Amino acid sequence: MMALSNVLEAPAAGFNFENSSRNAALQAGLEGQTPRPMKTGTTIAGVVFKDGVVLGADTRATSSEVVADKMCSKIHYMAPNIYCCGAGTAADTEKTTDLVASNLTIFSLNSGRKPRVVMAVNILQDLLYRYRGQIGASLILGGVDCTGSHLYTVGPYGSVDKKPYLAMGSGNLAAMGIMEDGFRPDLELDQAKQLVRSAIQAGILNDLGSGHNIDLCVITDRGVDYIRPYQESQYKDHRTNKYRFRQGTTPVLTDTVVPLELEVVEEKVQQMETS
Amino acid sequence: MNSRGLRSQLKDSVPVAGFCPQSQFGVQDSLRGGFSSVKNELLPSHPLELSEKNFRLNQDKMNFSTLRNIQGLHAPLKLQMEYQAARQIQRLPFLQSSNLALDTLRGSDDTIGFEDILNDPAQSEMMGEPHMMSVSQILWSFHPVSARKVPDVDVGGSYLLESKFGLYF
Repeated sequence: MMALSNVLEAPAAGFNFENSSRNAALQAGLEGQTPRPMKTGTTIAGVVFKDGVVLGADTRATSSEVVADKMCSKIHYMAPNIYCCGAGTAADTEKTTDLVASNLTIFSLNSGRKPRVVMAVNILQDLLYRYRGQIGASLILGGVDCTGSHLYTVGPYGSVDKKPYLAMGSGNLAAMGIMEDGFRPDLELDQAKQLVRSAIQAGILNDLGSGHNIDLCVITDRGVDYIRPYQESQYKDHRTNKYRFRQGTTPVLTDTVVPLELEVVEEKVQQMETS
Repeated sequence: MNSRGLRSQLKDSVPVAGFCPQSQFGVQDSLRGGFSSVKNELLPSHPLELSEKNFRLNQDKMNFSTLRNIQGLHAPLKLQMEYQAARQIQRLPFLQSSNLALDTLRGSDDTIGFEDILNDPAQSEMMGEPHMMSVSQILWSFHPVSARKVPDVDVGGSYLLESKFGLYF
């Protein structure tokens, strides 16, 4: 009875795996020439300073060996007091942070309270663990709430770490070296900004997946300062000439005009009713 | 939080048959599923397919067994009766119901997940033929073992609520 086309089983909500066997067969057939998703092979870093948190990120998004986006924004909004840097598959980080941001907004509206960083971390951890790493998002969350300033990292399989300074992404080794050397407890705002800037700079210089500008986001209990860009890339695109051709560059050699003779075949008059 | 003690609870999960997409009359759908093979039908083609199918079920199971351990048997029994009642509030068989009561009981009415964005059944482009769906629902209700689309959670292995309790209060 259930196999009749008129009796429909409503599809389950959520992810639909109908095409996965077809995709596996296609991948075997195409032998590695499948389209690649856009990744943010990245350097992201964060540090907790005296009054809050400073988050930093580069702005390059790659699609295997090609730079797909030179000015992509990797610091995502989660709540007025919580921001999140994302590394990994670009679409996954965007959608996941959007989802968590929506949930935090609903919570704020329901309870009338500002969300805490640890709530965002728990929601993310559950979500990413449920999908067993298939959602490729490595995130650094930072924020200031009623319990203080916090910095967390969440890995794609759902691992969570809480530290005063963190770096993630393909450039994290270079960035971490700078952080380890320069971090002190209770930094001032300028020192913290310089530290994050140097860490991201190291990632940009030493990693192919990171490049271009550096974005910073400073979160304190007074508010958020999103500095985009904090430092611009020195390899800017300076075009010395305008490459549009001016009018009259191409000389006109000959000019031929052919009038189209139109013949009246039928004439019909139709009265329009204007009463 | 979502997956403690999963292995022991999996025995009553949703049956695994029916992985391959089927077109009319139960024939293998070659366009979506590829050529038919026994392996395709028995094993999931995606690592997440099985765990996603059973996700809500397993979560409920775990929550109920934790609740039973903390508060005693009455707590999950009462909750399950409420779930049963909420699940019975449906629209006509060919129309999608919002399941608001069920969502409120579960606490998922104030969270957004992928189930609310992707493949929302309320937005589905296909609708079963009204007459056939109503007839099919009536016929299924005469079936001796209550064949539900979503089997109820088994509490402690020995109390099968669906066959003993109806809505008799």
